[in-house]
Amino acid sequence: MTTTSALRDPAAGTPALDAARPMIRFKGISKAFGSLTVLDNLDLDIAPAEKVALIGPSGSGKSTLLRVLMTLERPDTGSIEIDGAPLWHMPGKGGAKNGGLVPADAGHLREMRKNVGMVFQQFNLFPHMTVLRNVTEAPVHVLGIGKDEAEARARDLLELVGLRDKLGHYPAQLSGGQQQRVAIARALAMRPRVMLFDEVTSALDPETVGEVLNVIRKLAEEHNLTMLMVTHQMGFAREFADRVCFFYQGRICEQGPPDQLFNHPREERTQAFLRAVLES
Amino acid sequence: MIWDWDYAFAVAPKLLDALIVTVQAALAGFAIALVLGLLIALARRSRFLWLSLPVAGAAEFIRSTPLLVQLYFLFFVMPGFGFQMSPFLTGVIGLGLHYATYTAEVYRAGLDAVPRGQWEASVALDFSPFHTLRAIILPQALPPVIPVLGNYLIAIFKDTPLLSAITVLEMMQVAKIEGSETFQYLEPLTIVGLLFLIVSLISALLIGRLERHLGTLRRT
Repeated sequence: MTTTSALRDPAAGTPALDAARPMIRFKGISKAFGSLTVLDNLDLDIAPAEKVALIGPSGSGKSTLLRVLMTLERPDTGSIEIDGAPLWHMPGKGGAKNGGLVPADAGHLREMRKNVGMVFQQFNLFPHMTVLRNVTEAPVHVLGIGKDEAEARARDLLELVGLRDKLGHYPAQLSGGQQQRVAIARALAMRPRVMLFDEVTSALDPETVGEVLNVIRKLAEEHNLTMLMVTHQMGFAREFADRVCFFYQGRICEQGPPDQLFNHPREERTQAFLRAVLES
Repeated sequence: MIWDWDYAFAVAPKLLDALIVTVQAALAGFAIALVLGLLIALARRSRFLWLSLPVAGAAEFIRSTPLLVQLYFLFFVMPGFGFQMSPFLTGVIGLGLHYATYTAEVYRAGLDAVPRGQWEASVALDFSPFHTLRAIILPQALPPVIPVLGNYLIAIFKDTPLLSAITVLEMMQVAKIEGSETFQYLEPLTIVGLLFLIVSLISALLIGRLERHLGTLRRT
């Protein structure tokens, strides 16, 4: 299967999966924009290969949580660990403050980011590059792999997302659904261990939502990527996720397996949110 | 006052020689303005206040004061601080510095037009800041503003007569010298005007072509 070889071999290159150690650990994360608190002392552990759906009203902090993990926003307080390694901090040179940790420098952040890939609501493909170049640019210039190898990897990934025949096209020549699938291939080309999906179908025409969700479904089923997905597609969250977290005002108000959260929500806020979403 | 063809043909070669100096000054000044302007635009966007604030202040100061004053300052005051340069070099630096503050605004508009998502995707793909600029942001920011930058080349060209104030022997200076020797100003000044017109029209034509070329290149 070409599709499997295009992704990171689960057994290679990574430390043995430690069942007790979370892939991602958010600890006491707070983030405010001005007077608006978006994340409020939030704790969350994600197990290796776990698929987690983040749902909740807009402004409840779920996208911001992905963005602090992708280092697009700096949390005001708290810490994040990826496979046990601190993201926003790093070991200081002999300093004992913060338990020996100091704020991460650019080099540390660049090293840590290699673990994480992200797909955006607005695709954010590079409009001046072909589909192939969009997918090979980062592996060549960041990972330093050869152009031929990068292109072989890109072809496999574009096969995986069903766009093998669009290699030479420019993003503007593709539909929204096709662009988003290229964006998924582009993120996967870096062989991240964690994939973040930030409302990836919200900007799509209804008829192309399915093709993007199918690709994500296939990824979830066939690969042991850790996946975090912010979504308003409750039906998809239910079938895709191992766990669903309901966000409300910067905190996780309720979480659990999809069946429990969707069918037997305990919190009143969750019930009200689900009523509103499912009725609309 | 009657147009004297013999005199016109006599001064034309000298003015054409001076045109070369004028064009050289304009191109050299433009080159400085292009490079320095981009650096100013990037520095002003920096999150390091020790960089962005002084650059912003200096750029606003230069943009808000007359080029003629700046040329006088560079030529007559700077030697007092030990910076002695030829009139031509002084003029080129003056033009480049002054217009860099204008091209910086053009670059800024181009940079602002690149969607935030392009920067964010570059972070997510772990590009270095330099690679982000070189491979992702500038290829999108520059093509739309190239015609505007081209118009500043014409603007610089038309400002070169100011260099006569610091004794550069460009067209205007030569025409004035010729006129003062014969008291016939009509012919040299008319020729200078015509030469400016011709070069400007040719430049505008080339810029228009470049613009169409970029238009067809983009996103196809």
